[in-house]
Amino acid sequence: MTEFIQHLINGLSVGSMYALIAIGYTLVFGVLQLINFAHGEIFMLGAFVGMYSALFFGFGQTSSLLGLFLVLTLSMLVCAGVGYVIERFAYRPLRKAPRINVLITAVGVSMFLQFTGQLFFGSDPKFFPQIYSPAGYWSVGSVQLNPLQFFVLGISLCLMMALHRLVFHTRMGRAMRAVSFNHDLASLMGIPTNRVISYTFMVGSALAGAAGVLVGLTYPKIEPLMGVMPGLKAFVAVVLGGVGSILGAVVGSLILGLAEEFVVGYWAPTYRDALSFGILILILLIKPRGLFGKIQIEKV
Amino acid sequence: MSRLLAWVLALVFVWIVNNQIHHFIDPYILSIVIFAGINIIFATSLNLISGFTGQFSMGHAGFMAIGAYVSALLSTSFFASFPQLFFVVIFLSGCIAAVFGYIVALPSLRLRGDYLAIVTLGFGEIIRVIILNINSLGGARGMTDIPPLSSFGWVYTGVVAALFMLWRLTRSSQGRAFLAVREDEIAASSMGVPTTHVKLQAFVIGAFLAGVAGSLFAHYLSYLNPQTFDLNKSFEAIIMVVLGGMGSISGSVIAAVFLTVIRELLRPLQDMIGIDLRMILYSLLLILVMILRPKGLLGTKEWIDFVPRWPKKVLRQRRPLHEG
Amino acid sequence: MSLFFQESVALKVEKLTMQFGWFKALTDVSLSIKKNNIFGLIGPNGAGKTTLFNLLTGVYQPTSGSVEAFGKTLLGLKPHEITRRFVARTFQNIRLFKELSVLDNVLISLDHSSTSKYRGILSSMMQFKSYRKTERLHRDRANHLLEIFNLHHRRHRRACDLPYGDQRKLEIVRALATGAKLLLLDEPAAGLNIKETQELMCMVQLIRDQFDLTILLIEHDMKLVMGVCERIAVLDYGCHIAEGTPLEIQKNERVIEAYLGKGAHA
Repeated sequence: MTEFIQHLINGLSVGSMYALIAIGYTLVFGVLQLINFAHGEIFMLGAFVGMYSALFFGFGQTSSLLGLFLVLTLSMLVCAGVGYVIERFAYRPLRKAPRINVLITAVGVSMFLQFTGQLFFGSDPKFFPQIYSPAGYWSVGSVQLNPLQFFVLGISLCLMMALHRLVFHTRMGRAMRAVSFNHDLASLMGIPTNRVISYTFMVGSALAGAAGVLVGLTYPKIEPLMGVMPGLKAFVAVVLGGVGSILGAVVGSLILGLAEEFVVGYWAPTYRDALSFGILILILLIKPRGLFGKIQIEKV
Repeated sequence: MSRLLAWVLALVFVWIVNNQIHHFIDPYILSIVIFAGINIIFATSLNLISGFTGQFSMGHAGFMAIGAYVSALLSTSFFASFPQLFFVVIFLSGCIAAVFGYIVALPSLRLRGDYLAIVTLGFGEIIRVIILNINSLGGARGMTDIPPLSSFGWVYTGVVAALFMLWRLTRSSQGRAFLAVREDEIAASSMGVPTTHVKLQAFVIGAFLAGVAGSLFAHYLSYLNPQTFDLNKSFEAIIMVVLGGMGSISGSVIAAVFLTVIRELLRPLQDMIGIDLRMILYSLLLILVMILRPKGLLGTKEWIDFVPRWPKKVLRQRRPLHEG
Repeated sequence: MSLFFQESVALKVEKLTMQFGWFKALTDVSLSIKKNNIFGLIGPNGAGKTTLFNLLTGVYQPTSGSVEAFGKTLLGLKPHEITRRFVARTFQNIRLFKELSVLDNVLISLDHSSTSKYRGILSSMMQFKSYRKTERLHRDRANHLLEIFNLHHRRHRRACDLPYGDQRKLEIVRALATGAKLLLLDEPAAGLNIKETQELMCMVQLIRDQFDLTILLIEHDMKLVMGVCERIAVLDYGCHIAEGTPLEIQKNERVIEAYLGKGAHA
């Protein structure tokens, strides 16, 4: 039972990380119909920005909540900037190109970030400074709970709620939804589609950056290739939940996180990565629209 | 008939070169030439799927892995005492890879575009993880002591055979069906093209050739590691196809040779700073090509389209397929 | 008598219904088209004409109802199997194989026509004698078809480089090359000028006679349909509201209502 609860908590915590990344995927997919392969790399960048800024301000020595929020904000801002640059210079020139070209470019951007990351950060893992480390463990019966995990879970929940507000209760959010419904129509209605797309990229990237810092806090070993698998898995979560649906992305991520944690914990640790792809394939074959996806009919 | 003869002559030439080559070239250059050959097969096989049939596959390294491991298993067990039957090993491992191509394609082909890409990527990774977990294949440690049977002759026999297959196929009625599916699937099926069947064929043939490339690869290095066949290997094939031009065999050949050579040229620099510069360059190339020359180096053209006037005209009368 | 009746009917649609989610695109549409007829299908925008085509050619599967062509059901068949049942179509928004040559566009249909011999991977690769013979045959036939439509001199051009009117024609050639006996033309004259339209309609009548075809034609342009069709059916909001000769349709009150609104026929 103890073990079970521990796995449950771990699964939720991993799942919430996937969710932060997955939301970015689903937002971008919504407005551009593009799998932004580089999204996982933005998550990686977020972790590195977090690490370097913490080291720069000297937050690593003592546990400070203020330091964490500063680092988190900074890394979100930088990632938003990177997201903007990527969209502006790699994807925007291809707005009218066939989708396959955009997809290939996305793969290229992703690889470029991975390997320039290696060039700048070095290819060996780095230790993420313990900016905020609440002391001790909470004991509930025989179960020992790490308060940091709850803290991280809480922050990601707050971020998701903020995003929900942004998408469903602001002008920009409405514009985003309009663009994702139909590009051409939206621009005919006077919505500056390019700006909305940039904005969407920035929001998604900021969330991925936050996820990078939070992952750094909980699993303090970071490296330039750390974004590949979470990136792909977050995408799996998106498909699982239904492409284009924010709620779907969150639910899919939690399911995926839990499934992974339990399979790894009870059954076959080495199959962790294969599992998520297995889920992906099953979902696409059985229910290609995912749990919360909309029906799409191809126009002839 | 004369055209068939040209291919046979190419084969004879390969074997003459094979017997003489060690007099002329030092082993290092030879190894580059051989890797270029393996990459040619690998890249053109993906081009059939992605370039000609328009099915964007991102797990092509998986089929290569299957070809490599199956052939390594075969030549260390059943065929251990018959190194002269290497071509049977190659063929069989290609066939097994083709079977996997069928298994992967059958469910995936219900999906289109991005979804197909991500599912094939998933299959590629699953294949790798499964190999990683099979102890008799060496797992993460890798598989050693594979007999080094791949010579210049075998590799380039493979290249000539693969190019022959693809060249003939893509300029036949079968090739037109591939192209029709790429251009417009709904229109193709309304004109009587059994699209699913055609896509399956492309996948099976592509996987077969990737398997052949894998087995040649295994028997050249005589060492295999699942890590070799990761995402980056698949991306490498994509880059070659995209750079050369989706739908141009000649383009893929040029790109495969070019990238193999570039990689070796970068090696000294790479050893110096310890970073995989190749991938940075590849990815930059990929982005720039997509933005500046979206159809790749040759687009859908073949070398024949660049040959001076009169032979082109003769060929055009015989089988006008690709001219613009 | 019934045998005779069966033989003379090219297409028989009964109580066809198509539902997309909550939206009924077609409701209980029934049609019967005699062989060798040119049959017009008209109706305002969004009346379900193209949906009907998509159902007939297997792009969508109907919610209920039945479709028979030349006495055999088309239900449950994939688009390419329907082509084997001698039914072929053109597309409203031209869907040629853009990057391929005009000749290749036609050859693809011929390769997969119901009369064509199957040529698999091996024979394509080795190009056996029989393969080359079929290839020559198809080339001749393609050239012949292109000649009829005056596209012959452009056969080596890429399809997307053709002028718009020629692209529309090529769509018809391509459909014809499948060996179809029933052609479904989806707004073949859309975007053409008056002269081109007239030329095209003459051609449609010509191929009907020459190839013994039945033609089902969607058109917006009432005048054009009246001129060329022998019978016309009218769809409105997915319902079959009228059918008859052009003269009857012109006088039909429900049709006028559908096109012009209530009270317009006064």
